[in-house]
Amino acid sequence: MRYIEPHAHMVSRTTDDYLAMATSGCQAVCEPAFWAGYDRSSVAGFYDYFRQLTDYEPKRAAKFGLAHYCWLCLNPKEAEDVKLAEEVIGIIPEFLDRPSVLGIGEIGLNKNSRNELAVFEKHVDLAARHGQLILIHTPHLEDKLKGTRLIIDALKADGRVAPGRVVIDHVEEHTIQLVLEAGFWAGMTLYPESKCTAARAADMVEMYGSERLWMNSACDWGVSVPLAVPRAALEMRQRGHTAEAVDKMMYGNPVDFLSQSKNFKEKP
Amino acid sequence: MKREQVVDLYFMEARAKLIDLAAFLDRVDRAPGTDDFRMAALRHALLELPGGKPDRAKRVLLSLSDPTTAPLPAATTKAASGAWPGQK
Repeated sequence: MRYIEPHAHMVSRTTDDYLAMATSGCQAVCEPAFWAGYDRSSVAGFYDYFRQLTDYEPKRAAKFGLAHYCWLCLNPKEAEDVKLAEEVIGIIPEFLDRPSVLGIGEIGLNKNSRNELAVFEKHVDLAARHGQLILIHTPHLEDKLKGTRLIIDALKADGRVAPGRVVIDHVEEHTIQLVLEAGFWAGMTLYPESKCTAARAADMVEMYGSERLWMNSACDWGVSVPLAVPRAALEMRQRGHTAEAVDKMMYGNPVDFLSQSKNFKEKP
Repeated sequence: MKREQVVDLYFMEARAKLIDLAAFLDRVDRAPGTDDFRMAALRHALLELPGGKPDRAKRVLLSLSDPTTAPLPAATTKAASGAWPGQK
C-alpha cells in the first residue's frame, strides 16, 4: 500500500520510526509546528525550530526516501502570551517561501481562552494575507466541542478563507459533522487512548463518507503510534473496504488537499 | 459487513473493554474517599449506553463535553481532564 502521513511531529521521533514508515508505504510526511512540551522562552527559540522544520528535518527524512513537508505557527498551547505570539507570527513570512512549507498550522485552540482565540485569528489573518493553506488543531477531550465551534465561527467571521483550503484536525464523533457540513476538510487522529481508534475512524468513514476526510497518527513525544495510518488501512481492509477505497483515504485524499500548495510534489 | 461479521471481528475486544470498565468501577468503589467530578461525569455518561438509540459514541462524547460557548477569560492550565467540571 501507499499512504501519506499528513500529521506527524518527526522532530520527536527516531530514525527507526522513519525506517518503519518508509517500509510501510509512506510516500511523504507532513509536520505541523507544535508545542515542545515546555514553553519556549523567546522568539529566537521559534526561529531555530522553524529552521529545524524547513532545513534539517527534510534532510533527515530524505535519508529514508521520504519527502518531508511542514506547517508553521505558534501552537495554541503557547498562545496565552500574546506579545510572544505576535513576535513569532512576525517572523513566519521569512520562512513561507521555503520549498517544503505547506501553510500555517497547527493553529487553533487548547483551553478555549480569549488570548488563544485572538492568536488564532492573527494566524488566520497571516494565512489569508499570504494565500496559505491552514491546518487546525482542535482542543482535547472535554474542550473539543466548544473549541471546534469557536474555530468554525471565527473562520466564518473572517470570510477570506475558503473552507476547502482548511483542514480541521482531531475530529471525533461529536465534531465531525460540524466540520464537514461547514465545508472544511476533517482529520481523524489515531491515538491509543485519546482522540480516535482505528475502529472508530473506520466507523466515521462508513457513516459520513470519504470526501474531505483523512487520517493521521499525530505521533509526537507522547503516547502515539507512527504506523497508526497503515494499521488503520488494515482495519478498513478487514472490514471489507476495497483496496481502492483505502488508497483514496490514505493517499488520494491527502494528496488532493495538499496539492493546493504549490510546494507539495505528490500529484493526484 | 453483516452484523454477525461485525460481532465476529469486535466482540472479544468489546468484552475485554467492558470487563476492564467494570473492574475499574469496582477498584474505585473499593478505594477510600469520594468521587470527584470526573467519576460523576463517567457515571453519567454510562447512562447513554443502554437502550437501542443510535450514536452512543457521539452522545457519550457530548455528555463529557463543556457545553458552554463563551471563551474563558484565561487559560490557567494546558491540560484537559476528560470531563467537564461543571457537569451536574
